[in-house]
Amino acid sequence: MLRFVAKRMVSMVLVMFAISVLVFLIFFATPGVDPAARIAGRNADQQTLRAVRHDFGLDQPIPVQYALLMKKLFITRDLTSYVNRGAKVVPQVEEAAPVTLSLVLGAALIWVATSIVMGVLAAVFRGTYIDVLLIVVGLIGISMPVFWLGEVVNLLSQSRMHDTFLFSWVPPLGYTPLTESPFGWFKSLLLPWLTLAVLYAGIYARILRSSMIDAQEQDYVRTAYAKGLTERRVLVRHTLRTSLIAYFSLFGLDFGALVGGAALLTEVVFGLHGIGKLTYDSLQNFDLPVIMACVLYAAFFVVVANALVDLLYAWLDPRVRIG
Amino acid sequence: MSDALLGAPATTPTQSYAGASPWALARRRLVRNKVAMAMVVVLAVIVVLCLAAPFYAEHIAHTDPFSSNLDGTTVVNGETVPVMQPEEEGLGLGVTPIGPTWDPAHYFLGADNQGRDVAARLLYGGRNSLLIGVSAALLTCLFGTLIGLAAGFFGGAVDAVLSRLLDVDWAFPVYLFAICLSTVLLTNSLKIGPYTLEAGSLVLPIVIIGIVYIPYVGRSVRGEVLSLRQREFMEAAVGLGASSWRLLWSELLPNVLTTVIVLLPLMVALAMLTEAALSFLSIGVQPPDASWGTIILDGQGLLYTRPAVALAPGIAIAVTVLALNVLGDGVRDALDPRAKHRTGG
Repeated sequence: MLRFVAKRMVSMVLVMFAISVLVFLIFFATPGVDPAARIAGRNADQQTLRAVRHDFGLDQPIPVQYALLMKKLFITRDLTSYVNRGAKVVPQVEEAAPVTLSLVLGAALIWVATSIVMGVLAAVFRGTYIDVLLIVVGLIGISMPVFWLGEVVNLLSQSRMHDTFLFSWVPPLGYTPLTESPFGWFKSLLLPWLTLAVLYAGIYARILRSSMIDAQEQDYVRTAYAKGLTERRVLVRHTLRTSLIAYFSLFGLDFGALVGGAALLTEVVFGLHGIGKLTYDSLQNFDLPVIMACVLYAAFFVVVANALVDLLYAWLDPRVRIG
Repeated sequence: MSDALLGAPATTPTQSYAGASPWALARRRLVRNKVAMAMVVVLAVIVVLCLAAPFYAEHIAHTDPFSSNLDGTTVVNGETVPVMQPEEEGLGLGVTPIGPTWDPAHYFLGADNQGRDVAARLLYGGRNSLLIGVSAALLTCLFGTLIGLAAGFFGGAVDAVLSRLLDVDWAFPVYLFAICLSTVLLTNSLKIGPYTLEAGSLVLPIVIIGIVYIPYVGRSVRGEVLSLRQREFMEAAVGLGASSWRLLWSELLPNVLTTVIVLLPLMVALAMLTEAALSFLSIGVQPPDASWGTIILDGQGLLYTRPAVALAPGIAIAVTVLALNVLGDGVRDALDPRAKHRTGG
C-alpha cells in the first residue's frame, strides 16, 4: 500500500506540473498572439503594455516566464489584474471558493441520496414499469443542458409562478453567506442545488443500477442467499455495498470536477459568485490573470481529488494495488 | 414499450442467422429495437428540418436571420405590426421583440432582441450544433482509438507517455480547458504553417470539444486492447508471424471498433451539450452565426418577457440529446447482447 501511495503521489505531482505548463503555454506561447496585449486587456496604452512586459518578464526566456508566473501565484501570491487596475487575484479566488463549495456540497448530497434510492429501486424492480420509468426519468435528466434547466427554473420561480405559494419563498438571484444567515443561505441555494443535482442523479442512478445487477450475479451473492440471509440483508450488505465502491470512485472525480469549474454554468445562471462565475466574468472582460488563476486552482483541485479517489479505491479494493 | 426498452430476449431462433456476420446480426438486432428505431426517425426529422433552414428562411418566412431587423414589420391576424413593439409597462420607452405568432410565415417563434426570426435562426443554429457535435465526436473517436490502440499495444514507454497525456487531458476540467483555448484563439486568427485559421471559424469549437473528450474513448480502448492481448487469437496471430501492423489493423482494430461505435452516439450527445454550454458562455459559435447555445444566450435577456427565445433551442437540444442517448443504448444492446442481459437497460 505504501508503495502505491508513493507512486500515486509522484504521478499526481507530474500531472500538476504538466497542467501548469500547458496552461502557461496556452496563454504565453500561442503562436501569433502577443501575451502582453492579452494580459493588459482591450485597448491598453503603451505604458500599460510595458508594465505588463516587465511584470511578467516577457522579455526573458520562456522557462523564466513560467517560474515567474508560478511564483506570483503560489509563493508571493501577488498576481494582479490589469483590467481591474491593481486588484489582487488570489484573494478573489479565495473569496469565491466557499460559494462554489456550498453549491457543490449541497447538490452532491441531494444527488447521492436520490440516485441511490433510484438505482436500488430500479435494480430491485428490474424489468418492471418502475424500472422503465426510472430509466426514462434519468435519461431526461441527463439530456437537458444544465444552464437551460436553470433558466427554466428561474423563469418559473422568479417570474411566472413567483406569486404562487410554490415559489413565493424564493429570494432574488444571488448568494447569502452561511455565516450571515443560515436559513437565507439555504433558501438562496435550494433551487441551484436541485438543478445541478438533476443531471447527476440520472447518471448515478444508471451506474448504480447496472453495477448492482452485475453484482447480483456474482458468486458471493449466491453464497449469501445460500446461507439463508434475508433478501434485504443480501441487498444492503452484499450487493449495494460492493456496488458503492465503483459509485464513489466516480463520485470523487465528478465532485472534484464540479468544484474545479464544472459548476460554472449553474453559478452563472443563478448569479452565484463562485469560482465559475469569477472565471466567467473575467472571460467577459478578458481579465487573463484571473482566468489563469482560476484554471490552475481548479485543475489542481481536480488532480488532488483524483488522487484521493484512487487511494481510497486502493484501500477499499486491494486488487487495485497490484495492478 | 417496456419490452423494447428493457431488451426482452430475442424470440427468433438463432440458427436462422447461420452465416451472417456479427455486424449483420447487430444491425438486425438494432432494426428490431422499436424504441431505438423511433429515435432514428426523430433524429432524421431534426436533421432534415435543419437542412431545410435556407428554404424555410427564404420561401416561407421571407427573412434574413443573420442581419438585424429593428425597424421591420410583420403581419399578425391580417394587421401590420412592428417587429419591435413598444413596451406597455414601465415608462414605455423600450421595445420588446414580438412574441410567438404560431404562424410559420410570420415570426413563428417570435423575434430576438435584434428583430431576427427565432424559428429561422433555430433551424440554422441546428445545422451548426449538429455539425459541431458530429464532427467533434468523430474527431474524439478517431484520436481516442489511435491513442488507445498505440498505448495498449506497444506498452512500455509509449504507453507511459500516452497515458500521462490522457491523464492531463482528463484532469483538466472540460469548460476551463475550452475557456483557456478559446480566450486565446477565438479573437485572433491562428497561423499554423501555411494554413490560417480564421477567428470565429467553426473549426475551433470542433477541435476544442474534440480534444477534451479524447480520454473517454482513449482509456476505454486502451483497457480493451490490454485484455484482448491476452486472448488466444492474438497468440495465434503472433505464432503465424503477423507483423505489428497486421496485429493492430486486422486483429485488434475490428475488436475495439464495437466499443468505439457504442461510444459514438454518446459522444455526439456529450459534444452537443458542450457546444451549447460553450456558445452560452460566448466562447463557442460566434455571432452572427447561430447555434442552439447562442440562441439560448440571446434569449437570456428576454427570459421573463419572451421566454420562447430561450425555451425553443433548449427543447431542441434536450430532444436531440435524449434521442442520441436512447439510440446509444440500443446500439450497445445490438452489438453486445450479453450487456443487454446483464444490465437489462
